[in-house]
Amino acid sequence: MNDIITLDGVCKWFGQFAVLRNINLSVKPGERIVVCGPSGSGKSTLVRCINRLEEHDEGRIVVNGTELTRDVRNIDTVRREVGMVFQQFNLFPHLSILHNCTLAPIWVRKIPKKQAEEAAMEHLTQMRIADQALKHPAQLSGGQQQRAAIARALCMNPKIMLFDEPTSALDPEMIGEVLEVMVDLAKQGMTMICVTHEMGFAREVADRVCFMDAGEIIEEADPETFFTSPKRERTKLFLSQILDH
Amino acid sequence: MTATAFRAPPVHHVGVLGWLRANLFSSIANSALTILIVALLMWSVPPLLNWAFVSAVWSGTTRAACTDAAGACWPYIWQRMGQIVYGFYDFDERWRPDIVFAAGAFGLAWLMIPRLPRKGWVGIAMLTLYPFVSFLLLAGGEFGLAVVSTERWGGLLLTLVVAAIGIVASLPLGVILALGRRSHLPVVRILSVTFIEVWRGVPMITVLFIASSMLPLFLPEGMQIDKLFRALIAIALFNAAYMAEVVRAGLQSLPRGQLEGASALGLGYWRAMALIVLPQALKIVLPGIVNNMISMFKDTSLVSIIGFFDLLGVIQSGSTDLDWSSPNTAVTGYLFAAAIYWAFCFSMSRYSAKLENDLAAGDRR
Repeated sequence: MNDIITLDGVCKWFGQFAVLRNINLSVKPGERIVVCGPSGSGKSTLVRCINRLEEHDEGRIVVNGTELTRDVRNIDTVRREVGMVFQQFNLFPHLSILHNCTLAPIWVRKIPKKQAEEAAMEHLTQMRIADQALKHPAQLSGGQQQRAAIARALCMNPKIMLFDEPTSALDPEMIGEVLEVMVDLAKQGMTMICVTHEMGFAREVADRVCFMDAGEIIEEADPETFFTSPKRERTKLFLSQILDH
Repeated sequence: MTATAFRAPPVHHVGVLGWLRANLFSSIANSALTILIVALLMWSVPPLLNWAFVSAVWSGTTRAACTDAAGACWPYIWQRMGQIVYGFYDFDERWRPDIVFAAGAFGLAWLMIPRLPRKGWVGIAMLTLYPFVSFLLLAGGEFGLAVVSTERWGGLLLTLVVAAIGIVASLPLGVILALGRRSHLPVVRILSVTFIEVWRGVPMITVLFIASSMLPLFLPEGMQIDKLFRALIAIALFNAAYMAEVVRAGLQSLPRGQLEGASALGLGYWRAMALIVLPQALKIVLPGIVNNMISMFKDTSLVSIIGFFDLLGVIQSGSTDLDWSSPNTAVTGYLFAAAIYWAFCFSMSRYSAKLENDLAAGDRR
């Protein structure tokens, strides 16, 4: 099968600082990739380049057959097919949860309002928060907000979902409920790239784990190999710090 | 979540005495302040009320009624009411501004009363049809209406025309300038910054003088723009610069994630701005926007220095009228003008408070 995402020699600098150094990554449809690594290693920047929230400076990024260039039409095409879930949810506080979910389908996909609402309710039911549909984001718990944000992204029927540390801003008691729906989503065959430190999640659903350090992917392996016999010293150190605390 | 019952909060302050102690006499310094303020009010308010109401003259038709009075000369206001409302607008044509007033009041009331339907259409009509029809009615020259030159417009009519145009035009212009100032396109950004800084750096009076006397010199031969229009354009642009900075504050106060969330969903720049960023930003700076509008309403009185007789201008010119010369005529006029300005500005302030309250309802837990 053809790759749905290809990163080929991608480099990016913030000023003088090289955040991404020659990143090569290909993802096949239905693959689940977990990206982990110490803070500042470029994980977030990497996923944010895939839907052009950040612009890469060198190399090629091709998503679902469209190369990301300065061309705004290409960026729009890619963003329509790529859903994103943020650490801080980024729900729109002035709109109800249902309205959060229907806004983009109505304005971007031009789906009739009634149909968009039906689809949104289906996704909210899948996320187990259908009863919260008419509330505003501030009225929901963190875990509920993050599940609403996942539902909002799914309403655009994306082919790919990007998760940027989706559980890092949550209280510990709410991490489980968000991971659960993400596991469901993975089992349905969604292509996912997920920046997370939830190693249990990585073990359960990931096809591959990419370990980043200082802007490079320094180790890439299936979860079994990654957790039991990492090759690089840096990976071993990271794993010991994150698993033994 | 269910919380189990717990005992009621403790009661600290009971009754009138408790309230007084807590709010007015909680410490020696507070007690002293309370006494000082009461003394100031006793010293200033009763004489003012006495002058304005008790010792005031309420009836009469000529100066004679007021010459010996120790209080306000209200007959002067009643006699001059026509001029105060319409300026020098032709007497037989005053039904035209009346229609404009009535339609304006009706439209505004419709927009402000929550349970009335079709606010969108009424709003669009008020922003497009209403100004157009009002202009035709007030200026005349079409449909057999006699021409009333804008130099004859005056009083409250002129004040409201200038304020309405300034307020309605400056907000969208200000939004565009604020977006321009934050644009990633250098040309757009530099143009916006230059525009804002130039207009903000010049006093309103200077702007009005330039619009009234300098601008015609630069216009091409044969091209004429009515003096009132020149002033209106100048006022709208001047206030747009101020509005832009208020709106920019709102744009900057929004977390970056809001725009990123919208972009990630595939909303383009304009849609993200219109649907996500501006509704939140404008809500945050609503107090600042209304503050500008109130200040704009009062600044309309500056048009009197380029020869227009707005509400204050008419009253000012009347105060030197020998027919009504009395010790209290001028002050009565100013008090009346102040009361009218205050009524309009206070209404705006209250409506803004209500709007803030309604808009905040959505964010409440």
